[in-house]
Amino acid sequence: MDFELNDEQKAMKDATRRFADEVLAPAAQGIDEADETNLELVGQLAELGYLGLTIPEEYDGAGLDTVTYAMCMEELSRGCASTALVVSINLSLIADAILKFGTDEQRQKYLPGLATGEAIGCFVLTEPEAGTDAGAVQTTAVRDGDDYVINGTKCFITNASFAKTFLVFASTDPEAGSKGLSCFIADGGTDGLKVDKRFDKLGIRGADVREVHLEDCRVPAANMLGEEGKGLKIALTVLDGGRIGIAAQAVGIAQAALDEAVKYSAERKQFGRTINKFQATQFKLADMALAVDSARLLYLRAACLKDKGDRFSVESAMAKLAASRAANYVANQAVQIHGGYGYMKEYTVERLFRDARITEIYEGTSEVQKMVISSALLQD
Amino acid sequence: MPLDYLLTEEQLEIRDLCRDIAKKSVLPVAEHYDRSDEFPWEIMEVFAKADLFRIFIPEEYEGLGLGVTELCIATEELSRACSGITLGLAGTALGTEPILVMGNDEQKAEYLPRIANGALAAFSLTEADSGSDAAGIRTKAVKDGDYYVLNGTKQWVTNGGEAEIYTVIVSTNPERGARGLSAFIIEKGTPGFEFGKKEDKMGIRASATRELVFTDCKVPAKNRLGKEGTGFITVMRTFDHTRPGVAAQAVGIAQGAFDWALIYSKERRQFGQPISAFQGIQFKLADMSTKIEAARALTYSVARMVDAGVKDTTRYSAQAKVFASDVAMEVTTDAIQILGGYGYMREFPVEKYFRDAKITQIYEGTNEIQRMIIGRDLIRTAGEEVYFE
Ligand SMILES: Cc1cc2nc3c(=O)[nH]c(=O)nc-3n(C[C@H](O)[C@H](O)[C@H](O)COP(=O)(O)OP(=O)(O)OC[C@H]3O[C@@H](n4cnc5c(N)ncnc54)[C@H](O)[C@@H]3O)c2cc1C
Ligand SMILES: Cc1cc2nc3c(=O)[nH]c(=O)nc-3n(C[C@H](O)[C@H](O)[C@H](O)COP(=O)(O)OP(=O)(O)OC[C@H]3O[C@@H](n4cnc5c(N)ncnc54)[C@H](O)[C@@H]3O)c2cc1C
Repeated sequence: MDFELNDEQKAMKDATRRFADEVLAPAAQGIDEADETNLELVGQLAELGYLGLTIPEEYDGAGLDTVTYAMCMEELSRGCASTALVVSINLSLIADAILKFGTDEQRQKYLPGLATGEAIGCFVLTEPEAGTDAGAVQTTAVRDGDDYVINGTKCFITNASFAKTFLVFASTDPEAGSKGLSCFIADGGTDGLKVDKRFDKLGIRGADVREVHLEDCRVPAANMLGEEGKGLKIALTVLDGGRIGIAAQAVGIAQAALDEAVKYSAERKQFGRTINKFQATQFKLADMALAVDSARLLYLRAACLKDKGDRFSVESAMAKLAASRAANYVANQAVQIHGGYGYMKEYTVERLFRDARITEIYEGTSEVQKMVISSALLQD
Repeated sequence: MPLDYLLTEEQLEIRDLCRDIAKKSVLPVAEHYDRSDEFPWEIMEVFAKADLFRIFIPEEYEGLGLGVTELCIATEELSRACSGITLGLAGTALGTEPILVMGNDEQKAEYLPRIANGALAAFSLTEADSGSDAAGIRTKAVKDGDYYVLNGTKQWVTNGGEAEIYTVIVSTNPERGARGLSAFIIEKGTPGFEFGKKEDKMGIRASATRELVFTDCKVPAKNRLGKEGTGFITVMRTFDHTRPGVAAQAVGIAQGAFDWALIYSKERRQFGQPISAFQGIQFKLADMSTKIEAARALTYSVARMVDAGVKDTTRYSAQAKVFASDVAMEVTTDAIQILGGYGYMREFPVEKYFRDAKITQIYEGTNEIQRMIIGRDLIRTAGEEVYFE
């Protein structure tokens, strides 16, 4: 086992850290207040190549590995988790799906747009009645000549208002249940693809999360990704990888909260000394650091396995479960260490506490991660 | 509920009355006041009309002469709907407590009937550099004939700007630290007494939290509570009586979030069954409910202990507060989880309970301070009873 990063990985991590510190972190509070995605920053991410980080060079991406991607996700999320989410969805969920399941033509058509940020991706799976049970998707896609006609309502769709590459999951065979799901690539702006209500959220308020309506939305049959009936498999496969990104996002939030807590505890004086002189504070910080570091190692392990081409579903589920717990635990303790100040919107930890809470919910709730882990244990 | 068997007829009536007010008046406006910057005056009027401000006022001062237990019952029930709005009442009780524990007859006669009839009160201890450590208070009161002249800024006063009557802890002798503190009753409108901006908070957003700014503010000496230097004792005795109230608030928040989670889990179907059918959810609900019952049992047994006039309840009041507030944080966190993505959205109130819960671990002494109090008291009294020979 090797814990050393190579030069390229190190350089990317450092550059990303600087960008997060200098650009994202100072903007994060404003983004939270504005309650919308900062598209200018997304543009900067695109320009710097983050939206194409893991996309092969032949498709205009940077062709970097999952370890680098995950570390970058951590660093970007340390600055602003909402903004970083755009990268994670674009790469883990959309680009990876097209790379792995797409035809040459689909790759050539869609990957460059994803890589440059000209056609950012969004993942259109969840429905009001189909969350954890993704197989229960009720949106239908009916063949009509060279097209499929898609109808249904999707909810909680991130990036929807500015994305141009929609990965839509719909049933081509409702009787076959979860085995009847198929996956389609729809271009933003297609007739009948309507981006609607924006959800008002506890945190990651800079993420653009919306309802999407598909009303007789025509998509060429050539845009089906993978085989008919393999939609759920595609979704579950890319979510395995997506969880590495969310685990890294959670670690980024946790690290930011830990940094704030360490800094504040060294400044705040009560009873004639800084509060970091109290053992209760010291032990809290130690537990927080342990949670952050163990989660980081878990996501790095999952990323390494993915890069080697080994199976990594259980490892990414563990990473996501541990990292999302760490984020919530650490952010909560960081608020506590700030006392009353932590309850005020002026302080970064107030936002981190709200942002952290999402990581236990999306890309599979914590319960889902436990299902993945336990079913692997019980299989063989 | 197990508690029902311990409550008197009158206490059950108060509970039912408050539950009714919570459902009819508080719940429908909880979201509005969470989002807007307004103070819920309309609800304060409802509370006043229902005589809730009389609960903690003795009968001779137009109150009902009830105890900590009854106030806890009201606080829990109302907080189950919205703890931020409830703070108008609970914060008033906190602001009144120093007058109850230290006030002379004249002071009581002047202020208590007004509060009983719905004038809000507030309690002000904290300053920017003095939170957990009250000895760091810098606001000064200097005696000048029949007056004290106050200078300094107090921070984070619940009901600040809205209340008429303030009990304020300041230093009359900076050299003596905590022993140099004194408590004063100060009325809104006193020249030299202004309010700072309203704080923008994570939760309990219906509650107004403001700075009090004193600039050469002349306060009559007769407004001093107790002797000079008794400010810290006043605070400690006040908290002994009010910390069970924070615990009751926490229990109410936890209960409100739990109610939502339970109903939702029965209605929400995934994989062809209600999610409440999954053990992962069922056991979570079981743990949440068990914790709430335990927090409630501790809270009310301490409240009764205080009402019984037991002398030193400090440790137990701290234990109720620390336990119930930790339970509130855990239960509201789990409630979001049970609602999944919907739990993260503001169209469901669970995320509000989660934001509201966090404050209960912080104010009226952070949970670390409660643990210090409990730990010290344990160590001080260890060995008083010889059990293991
Ligand atoms: C901010 C945000 C952004 C999102 N972005 C996207 C996106 O871009 N694209 C997209 O498609 N989706 C997105 N989602 C949806 C997200 O993935 C779902 O919310 C998540 O999968 C959970 O589904 P649900 O909300 O319907 O919860 P439910 O599935 O209803 O779950 C409710 C509770 O029941 C539990 N549960 C469910 N089934 C079981 C079981 N069998 N055993 C034990 N417990 C169970 C869950 O763990 C949870 O605690 C987003 C959600 C949010 C909140
Ligand atoms: C919404 C709100 C409403 C409030 N309402 C009122 C009010 O009405 N009246 C009023 O007077 N005050 C009020 N407060 C103030 C509140 O009581 C204080 O915030 C609280 O006492 C903590 O003080 P602090 O915030 O300065 O934290 P600090 O004292 O600075 O504490 C920071 C951290 O250090 C820890 N710490 C401090 N000392 C020790 C130690 N010795 N050992 C271990 N850990 C330690 C604390 O537990 C905390 O985690 C309110 C605060 C808020 C946020």
